[in-house]
Parts: sequence; C-alpha cells; structure tokens
Amino acid sequence: MFAPLVVVGGLIFGFGLGYSHMARPEVVIDFLLFEDLGLLFVMFGGSIVAGLGFWVLPRLRDGAPLTGRPYERRLKSFDRNVLVGGVVFGVGWGLAGICPGAAYASLGVGNWPILYAIAGMFIGAYAQGIWRSQRSTDADAVPSDD
Amino acid sequence: MLEGLAGFFPNGVERYAVGGLLVGLGTLVVYAGTGIAAGASTFLESTLSYVSDASRFQQYRPSRDWRVLFTVSIVLGAAVYAVLFQGGAWTTGVEPWRLFVGGIFVGVGTRIGKGCTSGHGICGVGSASRTSLIGVATFVLVAIVTANVIAALGGGL
Repeated sequence: MFAPLVVVGGLIFGFGLGYSHMARPEVVIDFLLFEDLGLLFVMFGGSIVAGLGFWVLPRLRDGAPLTGRPYERRLKSFDRNVLVGGVVFGVGWGLAGICPGAAYASLGVGNWPILYAIAGMFIGAYAQGIWRSQRSTDADAVPSDD
Repeated sequence: MLEGLAGFFPNGVERYAVGGLLVGLGTLVVYAGTGIAAGASTFLESTLSYVSDASRFQQYRPSRDWRVLFTVSIVLGAAVYAVLFQGGAWTTGVEPWRLFVGGIFVGVGTRIGKGCTSGHGICGVGSASRTSLIGVATFVLVAIVTANVIAALGGGL
C-alpha cells in the first residue's frame, strides 16, 4: 500500500504544481517582481490543506496506518544554517524562478530546458553533501526531510 | 481599493488557489498514510546515495526508493495537467545559464537550509513552525532582491 499511496500523492502534487503554473519559471519571477502575486495563493492554499492534516490527524488516531509513525508536525531546529541556506536558496530561486518540486513538474509539462536547472540542483546538492560529509562537526544527527 | 488589488493579480487567483490546494492535498495524502511530511528536495540527496558513498547521502538510503517513485509521480502528474489543460508541451524563455546557475544555488541552499518551498513553505508553514516561517521569509526576501537586480541589469524575460 505504501508505494501506491506515494504515487497517488505525487500525481496530485505534480498536477497541482502544473495547474498552479508554478512549473513555469516566468510565473515565479513575475511574483518576485510584484507583477503577479498569485504565488501567495499557492503557498497559503497548500499550507492550509497540509496544516489541516498536521492539526486534525493527531486527534483522530495515534499513528499513520501504513507505518505506525506518530503524526507529528514538521518542526526543524533553528540555527544559523536555516538563514545561510535560506539566503543561498533565495539567490537561486530569484535567478532561475524554480524550486525542486516545481522543477520536476516542469519536466512533466514538457519544459525540457528545465534539465539545466535539475542538473544544477544535483551538482549543488552533491557539492554541499561532499563538503559536509568531510566536516565531522556537521554530524547533523537530524537530517532534513524535504 | 479592489481595483488596485486586481492589478496585482493579472491572471486572477483561481489557478493559483486551486493548484495550491491540490499541492497541499498531495502532501496530505502521503502524510495521512505514512506520517511522513514529504518535501521535494530530499530527493536530490537521497538519489545521490545511489552513486556516492558520502555519509551525508547515505543517511537517506532508507527512503531513496520511494522518493524516486514520488518524484516520477510528480513528473507524471504535471504531464497529465499538460495533456488535459495545456494542449501539449510548454517551454520556458528563461535563459539556460539562469536555470543552471540558479539550480546550483537552489541545490546547495535547500539542503543547508533544511528545506525548500515545499518542506518549509507548505509543510513547515502548515505546522506553524517558527523555523520554517523564518526560512520562508529569508528566501522570499532574498529572491525578490535577486530577481529585481537581474531585471534592472537587463536580464528581464
């Protein structure tokens, strides 16, 4: 059941990114230039629906049916990395008008040049991973889950 | 007042609101069944564990298979949208160098910053996480500055 559920969730997620036009870098860049603020509705629409799950599900049952995992909110510890990463991510988002989920969806809507962005993302993720693996101080006991 | 607001929404709000609700619903489906708040960017590192033994990637090994499945499903879901509503393929006019260089920054930043627009922006904000709200505020502000600087330098679309 686990795999089919992931597929259904991914299909809806991807369809939503296509429908909301987030798979189009131009639309994100228009938001950042204050020409079309529609992106606000995407983020808040999405977070409200997800938020309902985070608040309602724990009150309905103790854990998830497929894994037994407790229903917990997504809470990451705050440290300097959140700001540093946020700044670096922001530069990339402003340059390319694309984020990871939207990039996968962009491939789905037939936007083949997005492969440049996806290649860049893998190179960036690889570079920081190698660098952080070599630094024992960054043991990072709690990996980020997105 | 309302007319002034409408100027900020030249394409209306229906596509954005409905699309956003669906993005949230996709997240909710996975979370309801598994208790996992799946973001989109962990896929980058978990997939790299197939080709690299670095500890940073290997820590995601347990989830790497389903994350590939999740990402392929995102691609297919968007393809369904393209077939039904877009009348075929659409391609961007944003220059390849912007996509590539921006992609590198996104790849580095999302992993250091513990999340991206879906992890922090959808799941984190939905969890009322202070960390995620600060993360989102940071990358939105920096992205606004970046996009406007590029536009001012003549890198407009």
